[in-house]
Amino acid sequence: MKAFTPIAVVVALFATVPLVVHSNVVLNFLVVALMIALAGQGWNILGGYGGQYSFGHAAFFGTGAYVTAILQVRYGVNAWVGFAIGIAAGALVGAIIGALTFRSGLRGSYFALVTLAFAEVLRISASVAPITGAGVGTLIKLDLRAQAFQFQSRAVFYWIILALVALSLAIAKLIERSRFGVWLVAVRENEDAAQALGIDVATVKSAAMVISGAITAAAGCFYAQYFLFVDSGIAYGTWISIEVLLTPIIGGVGTVFGPLFGAMVVKALGEGARLVTGDAPGLDLVVYGAVLILVIAFTPRGLIGGLAQARQWLMRRRGAEAHHG
Amino acid sequence: MSTCKFQLSRRRFLTTTAAIAAASGSLAMPSVLRAAGAPVKLGVLHPVSGALSYSGTQGRLGATMAIEEINAAGGIKSLGGAKIDAVLGDARSTPEGGTAEVEKMNSDGVACIVGGYASNICLATTQAAARYDLPYVVDVGVADGIVTRGLKNTFRFGPGFGVIAKTALDNLVKINDAAGKVAKTVMIVHEDSLFGSGLAKLLNAQLPSKGFQVLETVSHPTPNRDFNTIVLKIKAQNPDIVIPADYYNEYVLLARTMLQQHVRPKAIYSVLGGAASSYKFVKEFPDAAKGIMDCNHWFNPHSDKALALKKKVEAKGQFFTYEVYLNYSCVGLVADALERAASADRAKITAALASSTWSGHIMPYGPTKFVNGQNEGAAPCNTQVQDNDIKVILPAEFANGKAIFPMKA
Amino acid sequence: MCHPPLPASILVVLSPAIIIPAILNGLLTGAVYALVALGLTLVYGVLHIINFAHGALLTAAMFAAFFAYQFGIDPYVAIFLLAPAFFAVGYALQRLVIGPAAHGDDRNMLLVTLGIAVIIENALLYAFRADTRTIDVPYAFQSIDFGFTFVAVPRLVGFAAVFAVALVLWLIMTFTDTGKAIRAVAKEKVGAELAGIDVAHVYAVTFGLGTACVAIAACLLVPTYYVNPSAGNAFVLVAFTIVVLGGMGSVPGALIGGLVIGVVESLSSLFFGDSLGQVGIFLIFIAVLLVRPSGLFGARA
Repeated sequence: MKAFTPIAVVVALFATVPLVVHSNVVLNFLVVALMIALAGQGWNILGGYGGQYSFGHAAFFGTGAYVTAILQVRYGVNAWVGFAIGIAAGALVGAIIGALTFRSGLRGSYFALVTLAFAEVLRISASVAPITGAGVGTLIKLDLRAQAFQFQSRAVFYWIILALVALSLAIAKLIERSRFGVWLVAVRENEDAAQALGIDVATVKSAAMVISGAITAAAGCFYAQYFLFVDSGIAYGTWISIEVLLTPIIGGVGTVFGPLFGAMVVKALGEGARLVTGDAPGLDLVVYGAVLILVIAFTPRGLIGGLAQARQWLMRRRGAEAHHG
Repeated sequence: MSTCKFQLSRRRFLTTTAAIAAASGSLAMPSVLRAAGAPVKLGVLHPVSGALSYSGTQGRLGATMAIEEINAAGGIKSLGGAKIDAVLGDARSTPEGGTAEVEKMNSDGVACIVGGYASNICLATTQAAARYDLPYVVDVGVADGIVTRGLKNTFRFGPGFGVIAKTALDNLVKINDAAGKVAKTVMIVHEDSLFGSGLAKLLNAQLPSKGFQVLETVSHPTPNRDFNTIVLKIKAQNPDIVIPADYYNEYVLLARTMLQQHVRPKAIYSVLGGAASSYKFVKEFPDAAKGIMDCNHWFNPHSDKALALKKKVEAKGQFFTYEVYLNYSCVGLVADALERAASADRAKITAALASSTWSGHIMPYGPTKFVNGQNEGAAPCNTQVQDNDIKVILPAEFANGKAIFPMKA
Repeated sequence: MCHPPLPASILVVLSPAIIIPAILNGLLTGAVYALVALGLTLVYGVLHIINFAHGALLTAAMFAAFFAYQFGIDPYVAIFLLAPAFFAVGYALQRLVIGPAAHGDDRNMLLVTLGIAVIIENALLYAFRADTRTIDVPYAFQSIDFGFTFVAVPRLVGFAAVFAVALVLWLIMTFTDTGKAIRAVAKEKVGAELAGIDVAHVYAVTFGLGTACVAIAACLLVPTYYVNPSAGNAFVLVAFTIVVLGGMGSVPGALIGGLVIGVVESLSSLFFGDSLGQVGIFLIFIAVLLVRPSGLFGARA
């Protein structure tokens, strides 16, 4: 239980924010950042802990968003139930993609490519299939009642997404401390050795993908409820695939808090870049790209890793001084 | 209630002051009026960065030009010559970006917001504004869903999908009948997102009842690398009329490819054709553009004000595109509402907009009339590229050219 | 979006008057795809990474070709200017950015190239806005009448150029020292290093060659296509498919794969419409990856 204290503390701190901050501008910013953090944590399970870099996580995000939206709009399903089903759908898609790709032994670049291809197939299909409204997209009716998972106050949305993020942090921690987590990291570090040691690599990777898909799909479901409109570009576009991998990589790949930290940093950077450059189009994304490269070059384990690196470096220096002194 | 009384007495104070000042005829009058009216903040929201940045920039241009002109002419008279303060926002070509800007504009204290451009952005931004009962005038976004959600704050000055498609069909029948019903078969080429698919669906449902046979409906993605196969299909089916519904780039590619393959149907009749009524297209590819018809947003070619604006925009080195004059008009609409409401109070502005009968605009719409947020007077025009210029061929009262149909092969 | 019942349109479309031009069309388009894929497959064959910056580099080259034309340089002439220029760009990118930043880790290289892609695309967006630009060369609309179809001159030139480039590449690889060094590193990096080959230099040269290919492809595309900051992306996903189909690292594989994909795209868009045709390409892509990742001509993965 002690291991979960940091998570509890962080979540509690975040939870107090709407009590102090009443600016809807800030709350909106935080809600979106937390949503990206949730999606990123999904990626982190598969990519950070498992070492399988997916470039097509939009496949899960979009599935969650569309399933929630379509169930409500076309079948009158309750929004909360739709949300749950959306998460399950994400897990299912994860299982399918996992079964197909991992059983074929795809890794590295090939894996990245195939996930990209899956996301694109889904995007194109969504843009022509009648059930998604095709190009027109799906619009969820504005209905500001709790039963419809819509709220007048942004604070309620904030707490909900925070609860989901808290859950994802707990899941990451649980994985870290479990045998499954050990297998996962072993696969990341050296897949062949892990196989040789008797770990069922394909199953481990598939399981990671299922969890990963479910978490990212949850973020997608939330997007649908918050913005009330989904189309194929929003759901399955490359923008979300990129954001979803940016946040854990920059924050700290393979760590519990990495995606959360990364999401805050990336989003804040974006706002900061916009403040500095005015509305110069694209400049904030240039900053993202540059930060990504810098982080990989200098702190490949993300900013959290960078902090650990800095601490190690400091301790070594102190040790060296003590030695010479 | 007390605020109400305060507003009224303020107005009376201002008009009294104005009357005295006017009576005294002193040169000090302008400064007195200016001092009396605090500026009204107007949110100008467009996707000026990202994929839609061209349209967003054009939209912002139209809106800011209108604001400049209104301010130069003395601001909002009923508010003591209050100037309009533009609060510029960048929707970043995404619904999330647009929503974030609405939040910022709201905390900035804007009285009203104009813009959005893309339907999916407008859907999100109007909703975000509705939380604060902030009046919102949609500039372009044609999706019918924008005005059918029962949002009291949302107004759309220009026509929506349904009206545009219906007008396009009616005009097609008119043009065909006038030429002796020479066209019977149609082929639809559309891009596969919101507007292309929606349009294709509507057309497919209604064309048969108007006496046209739809030979085939071809959809393609945006962007599309190559139109040769589609043009081959057009060649194979040999329709009398080709109806494209595309964004600018794809439209240009399609037209150029048809020219290359020597495919010339009796008419290329677009509905919301991305390039079909674009001065940029006509200028850059006159041969491919010749004779193309469009049913699209257009300004009133008989309006001197419109022509003056066109000159001004072209003097700035920009093309006079629909985003410019639609936004120009939307700002004018809001200014008129402000005049009538004589207040920067959001509820009053919303009421003034809802009851607007404004006809001082440069669009071929007639007097404004909002029903459930949609301006019933709004309608598209039929244009045709003739003599390296774009002429309006329908409706008759705004036309400055006659339809050339069928096109010479 | 509603189709009339399929049989009618299929019958119309099945006539040879349509199928043959469609196949011809596919071959011509496929050739340019192949050229884009060539650069990608070269880089993979030697560096063993997928260069996610490929599309952005293509876009940058298209802008360069566009601006060259503003200075009066015809795109086909610009090839001889831009190919060396972009070779230098590619060399510098690998030598100074990708190589050092990635610390030799494959996964990191993927991310660094992704970062470069984001930077290039958005820098172009910032510098040139999202406006579409086109050039209007006098021969853009000239077409040759083959009897059953008209073929635009630029596309024929493109077709020929691709084979010329492939030939030049083959000559370089087979007869020059650098080419031999590249092949050595591709086959056995450590051994090559021990034999005294400067691997970092070879990597950079390969990346440079790949980028030069993309620059040539850009010059061939610009007469008929348009230029904007996301123009390159439309081609790069197809290029990936071709590289995988033809076999990562195989030049003939990229050529043949390109032609095949071009024809498949053309025929499937004929029968199913362009939108679904795109799905077809990706499904082939996924199928190849799952069933035979080494592709038609590639070495076993």
